[in-house]
Amino acid sequence: MQPTNYKDPEYYHKVVDCQYACPAHTPVPEYIRLIAAGKYTEAYMVNWESNVFPGILGRTCDRPCEPACRRGRVEDEPVAICRLKRVAADNKDDISHLLPDIPSIKNGKKIALIGAGPASLSVARDLAPLGYELHIYDNQNKGGGMMRSQIPSFRLPAEVLDQEVNYILDMDIVTHFNTYVTSLREIINKNYDAVFVGTGAPRGKDLIIPGREEGKANIHVGIEWLASVAFEHTHKIGKRVIVLGGGNTAMDCCRTSRRLGGEDVKVIVRSPFKEMKASPWEKEDAIHEDIPIIDNHVPKSFVIENNRLTGMMFEKVSAVYENGKRKLVPTGEPDVFYPADDVIIAVGQENRFEWIERDLGIEFDQWEMPVIDETTFASSRLGVFFGGDAALGPKNVITAVAQGHQAAISIDMFCNEQDISQRPAPDVKLFNTKMGIHEWSYDNDIAADIRYIVPQADKKITLADRKKEVELGFDMKTAFKEAQRCLNCDVQTVFTENKCIECDACMDICPTSCITFTMNEDNEDTLRMKLLVPAVNKDQDLLVSDILKTGKVMVKDEDMCLHCGLCAERCPTAAWDMKQFLYNTAKAGHLCYA
Amino acid sequence: MTYIKPKFAHPRLPKNNLGYTRKEYEGSLSTLCAGCGHDSISAAIVDACFELNIEPHRVAKMSGIGCSSKTPAYFLSNSHGFNAVHGRMPSVTTGANLANRSMIYLGVSGDGDTASIGMGQFAHVVRRNLNMTYIVMNNGCYGLTKGQDSATADYGSISKSGNMNSFEGIDLCALAIELGATYVAQSFSGDKGQLIPLIKAALSHSGFSLINVVSPCVTFNNNPGSTKSYDYVREHNEALSSLDFVPVKEEIITDYDHSKVKMVELHDGSMIKLHKLSPEWDPENKLSIMTALHHAREKHEILTGLLYIDNESIELNELLNTTQTPLNLLTEKELCPGSAVLDKICAELR
Repeated sequence: MQPTNYKDPEYYHKVVDCQYACPAHTPVPEYIRLIAAGKYTEAYMVNWESNVFPGILGRTCDRPCEPACRRGRVEDEPVAICRLKRVAADNKDDISHLLPDIPSIKNGKKIALIGAGPASLSVARDLAPLGYELHIYDNQNKGGGMMRSQIPSFRLPAEVLDQEVNYILDMDIVTHFNTYVTSLREIINKNYDAVFVGTGAPRGKDLIIPGREEGKANIHVGIEWLASVAFEHTHKIGKRVIVLGGGNTAMDCCRTSRRLGGEDVKVIVRSPFKEMKASPWEKEDAIHEDIPIIDNHVPKSFVIENNRLTGMMFEKVSAVYENGKRKLVPTGEPDVFYPADDVIIAVGQENRFEWIERDLGIEFDQWEMPVIDETTFASSRLGVFFGGDAALGPKNVITAVAQGHQAAISIDMFCNEQDISQRPAPDVKLFNTKMGIHEWSYDNDIAADIRYIVPQADKKITLADRKKEVELGFDMKTAFKEAQRCLNCDVQTVFTENKCIECDACMDICPTSCITFTMNEDNEDTLRMKLLVPAVNKDQDLLVSDILKTGKVMVKDEDMCLHCGLCAERCPTAAWDMKQFLYNTAKAGHLCYA
Repeated sequence: MTYIKPKFAHPRLPKNNLGYTRKEYEGSLSTLCAGCGHDSISAAIVDACFELNIEPHRVAKMSGIGCSSKTPAYFLSNSHGFNAVHGRMPSVTTGANLANRSMIYLGVSGDGDTASIGMGQFAHVVRRNLNMTYIVMNNGCYGLTKGQDSATADYGSISKSGNMNSFEGIDLCALAIELGATYVAQSFSGDKGQLIPLIKAALSHSGFSLINVVSPCVTFNNNPGSTKSYDYVREHNEALSSLDFVPVKEEIITDYDHSKVKMVELHDGSMIKLHKLSPEWDPENKLSIMTALHHAREKHEILTGLLYIDNESIELNELLNTTQTPLNLLTEKELCPGSAVLDKICAELR
């Protein structure tokens, strides 16, 4: 194999599994170390720079980082990254003096942001400090978008949401709330320098089966119902509730139902339990609130008696897999009836773009989705950008934030007449951590603790009050212990060939047998199988050195490296060094203004 | 500040026939200098015992004094160990072996512990053909007392302070062969590919096995001009053969070129498969190896690999016809068999 090009920042970036998996590439180990040091404000700001909504995401994120966490490979459970983020948010001091200064003299460019959800707010956060005049439009009376209308207060208290939304709105943002934009042409005609569409995926999918029309008084569409609860239009629901669907919205609907008078609440889902889209922890929380999840049941009809919904019929199915594709095959058992006073349909959500005129030069595809460049988030009309669920379909908050950052870069470049396809490079630093003999600037003692559980408030209290937050968050002591589980994957093992005397000390000491000195192979797979422990996890790279004096190469399998630094401790010539790698994605404002 | 070995191991670490991973054969974290050759030898011992499926409790680690003799703390922490007085490891091992011949005796010593203070003990343990493996971690200097030349430092070798050694170095291998050792090998700490099979064969050999391992002292004897530095040994290493250790149960392929490959059977039925690189040398011929060693010395080469083996070896316990039962398991019944037995013995001596 060719020697690894570790000068490519993406090589070390990939070693930091959590950061690499995060759509916004938040430097996770960096802020976890700050939390361990009790520097909550600093930890919060690292997050805020990168993901804009640490307090919100610390409660509600889909956590793509956690399945990627190295800890999940070397032991069972990943570090509780998400809930540590919340610790930083909960314990931070006043941060107002740390927020960027907003120029009172603007740069003369006006941008319209349609929708006040996470995507638009991220764009605003990035562009306001650069002097842009930002106009944000939303039909709700406050900012936050789906974070306000769809995420229930028992998961995300309003004060947390308000605080982080207001950090941005207080940046001289011109708000047009209670304004439903019905025509993009009207906006464009207002002569904005650029328009950003961050309108999300605001339409809940319906389920048109027999009885839908007759039972409509007691049949609700998930996200609309959640919004109606959030804005205090709906205060109660029947005692027996069926929630259809297996995603996180279904989990929010069933748990909200339990708080509005639902006593016998069930989730009924087509797919097998383990394939449900909902995050495992959200399923656990629902089950904990006495909500059974009945899987492999396909809804057949709403049952109406005397013009009133009495329940639903379901067909039992089982999942059959053919060529990796799943099919739900009826089991042949008789259909089952489940009684219900109300049914909530939470089977997915869709975009709605009927307000965008089709003659504006914005190209739409066969699914009526706008054609968007996945790097620049530009539409086919110059100066109109998309982000969040409105751009590439429904995903999650952290993805919307990441896309908002990219769109902000594009808007800034576009307004400065730059080629938006020339993306700015990330800000990368690699620096020493050696402090002395056996001393590093990070804690390299690997804690053996298993993952700590976030405590929850008493169920009696939380079920009685829709606004009472269920999770209490880690206390500082537990947060410290959980933070100590982090393996500091951003402290990289950096190898310098010409210093190596091939004494094998690193290979002998490595607790997880990651390092092998061996003859090189042309074929990567052959080399992978030759290592002390064959490197079968191909998602993880090999660090391959140049040819050493004896003709061998050093091969390190990144898969199980604990970043404990023992290789560097035992290296007599400092051919191994532990260097901290800090990677920050580029943000708008990288341009030098003439 | 942390210098602690993490508890985690690679989850896919291979297991041997006993269900143990390499971890079960490791010891505590070494306190020797970073890069010390001795640590590589410790790792080779770990690998050899792991691959031989040795139950750790069957091993007795014996050592004297010195950097080398600290290493039993760094391997096989589940085994027995005895840290003897300086240079007195051979006599302690002899005693232990005679008291309990069922154990595997692994002696670890250094050049000072063997060739200086322990020379007399070494000579006698060799000629008695005690069933043990004796590994010399030979760095040619007294690393524990700031690197003075030891008795195995080669003539002409330059020390870290710049002084040339004006004495002849003791060749432990040649000496051991002269004194009747039945398994003699020489290797280099930086060549585990060779060292591990040599240790495996030594542990399987019945009788006295010496492995003299050149093991660079990174702190005091790894300088230019030293004949025991990483660079010098790599440049002057002359392997007599490449070798494989073939365990008892493994099928032996008989189809090979006998002029190049030599199979040597050990007592327990396992084999050493040697790919000979030198045509004049035969590991079972004392004369050929003595000649080879002298030639190598003239050419400033370090001969490595299996040097000599006598597979007719009769180890000490066999020779003395001692009991198979460890002494601590003998009861009064066996020790005082009664007057009838005594009468019988007396009758035989009449």
